[in-house]
Amino acid sequence: MAKIVRKLGDDISTDIIYPGRFMATVLPTETPQFAFADDADLNGRLKKKEIAPGSVLLGGKNFGCGSSREQAASCLVGHGLIIVARDFARIFLQNGINLGLQTVICPDIDANEGDELEITETAVTNTATGKTFKRLPLPKARQAIVDAGGLIPYARKKLLEEKGKK
Amino acid sequence: MGMTMVQKVLARAIGQAHVNVGDVVEPAVRTAMSHENGALVINQFLEVYKDTGLEPKVWDPSKIVLIFDHRVPAESSKTATNHKKIREFAAKQGIPNLHDIRGDEGGICHQILPENGYVHPGTVLVGTDSHTTSHGALGSFAFGIGATEMAAVWALGRVLNVEVPGTIKVNVTGEFPRHVLPKDLILHLIGRLTAEGANFKVIEFHGPTIKKMSTSGRLVICNMTVEAGATSGIVPPDEETVRYLREEAGLPGPFDIFGPDADAVYDQVIDIDVAKLTPQIACPHTVDNVKPIAAVAGTKVQQIVIGSCTNGRLDDLAVAAGILRGRKVARGTRMLVFPASARIYQQAMEKGYLLDFMQAGAVVMNPGCGPCLGVHQGALGDGEVALATTNRNFKGRMGNPNAEVYLCSPAVAAASAVTGVITDPTKGE
Ligand code: SF4
Repeated sequence: MAKIVRKLGDDISTDIIYPGRFMATVLPTETPQFAFADDADLNGRLKKKEIAPGSVLLGGKNFGCGSSREQAASCLVGHGLIIVARDFARIFLQNGINLGLQTVICPDIDANEGDELEITETAVTNTATGKTFKRLPLPKARQAIVDAGGLIPYARKKLLEEKGKK
Repeated sequence: MGMTMVQKVLARAIGQAHVNVGDVVEPAVRTAMSHENGALVINQFLEVYKDTGLEPKVWDPSKIVLIFDHRVPAESSKTATNHKKIREFAAKQGIPNLHDIRGDEGGICHQILPENGYVHPGTVLVGTDSHTTSHGALGSFAFGIGATEMAAVWALGRVLNVEVPGTIKVNVTGEFPRHVLPKDLILHLIGRLTAEGANFKVIEFHGPTIKKMSTSGRLVICNMTVEAGATSGIVPPDEETVRYLREEAGLPGPFDIFGPDADAVYDQVIDIDVAKLTPQIACPHTVDNVKPIAAVAGTKVQQIVIGSCTNGRLDDLAVAAGILRGRKVARGTRMLVFPASARIYQQAMEKGYLLDFMQAGAVVMNPGCGPCLGVHQGALGDGEVALATTNRNFKGRMGNPNAEVYLCSPAVAAASAVTGVITDPTKGE
């Protein structure tokens, strides 16, 4: 069961998730402290570890629009968050998949802060209302990366195959 | 079945005659660009090599371009250390194309790439920056990727698992009215498509208005296609493309110039007549919140910004300087000008535009991203309003979540600097 700790609106940009002024911090081990840095409440709760790993941030449409900054994905990975949204912006989704962020595409999701979700491979059930919503599969090009455990192991495997050939 | 521009580029990049939309391909990369976030790419690149027993070596140093632009000169010791790390990596790997903080060859990545001949029509260009879409202006398939994805490109020379995107065709006709510019066209289109209307798609530009448009204008429209969610924008290359590559990018040719097939299949076709267009403004806090200027004219503005990878080019500065010449920036309003590159800065100096700006009361800053991303140089105060020729107005974008950013063309920005309120440049005079 995964609890929605915050309901966010449509078009949550990478500037909201990880403001530009923290972009000099790049390492995935250091970015989590700046997640939602301009949202004192959410940032504070995350930093104080009041939000358990496996909790859900509920987005609307076009989650992660804007910049290609990978910090916006790595800072969320660092807190073990699950992002459920109606849909995602392309680069953010790809970065999330590359870094092992749990992204759930659920176009019709209807839920509120505090609701508990049951997330399976094909559906999301809001246990507060008993309603079940279809979960979309990842674009096929991306599932292979998830299966490999992220882009780094995936690329490493390709690299070794290639160098082996030569 | 015919192929779109992007299908044709991707087919070539994998050495095949045909690709279908939805195919998963691993296209060869002609140019791979990173800016300050190269520091993270280096980290991830070394991770890819970890425990492989292989010596980390980039696939082709000559195809990697590193540019310092987002925070120049460094705003913090952290950034300065990232710059240093990137310089050292470039030296060690023998990467020759590093555009450092210099008055002769520095500037914003999306101006440095075209003006120095790193953009090749018909090829694949990737950058760790979302506005890499810009370079479709010269007929390349150019798109933004994350740092880890770039690390894989540095190792392998190709982008892994790219799904061939569908394409939206945009036909542009009509003559721009005076002081209505390519920026107004793209803002209008984003307003129509919405911020996610082109998600996972490419926008291909056609029509007599595009044919007549300079590469500089094409860079403006392709730059902002990502604000409609597009993977990229692309203009089929033509005589203007070849002119730019020869005269401004200094490439000798020959060039591989091709367009989409006549029977290419598009997901959607949109027609726009610019003759009827008025200046457009993207209002806070989303880029698709676009209104004709009449709806917001008179809004008080504390900061005007002219520059960025969208509108910091010579013709943008020419328009703005023309409007400001002999006039003054209104008291209570401050104006910052950031030429997009050192070359443009020098040209604007020779043409007298910088003097026009300064005599009007504007502050001319060094080439770079400046206040566009809210890191340094020109942050906004609480409750302040900025009017900028940049490409994003998200909450917090100019360094303060309690401020507002409106986006506009350089003509609107200059006219508004004089009055201190959002002003339609097509009215009056
Ligand atoms: S000018 Fe702004 S949008 Fe363009 S590359 Fe720099 S930060 Fe990004």
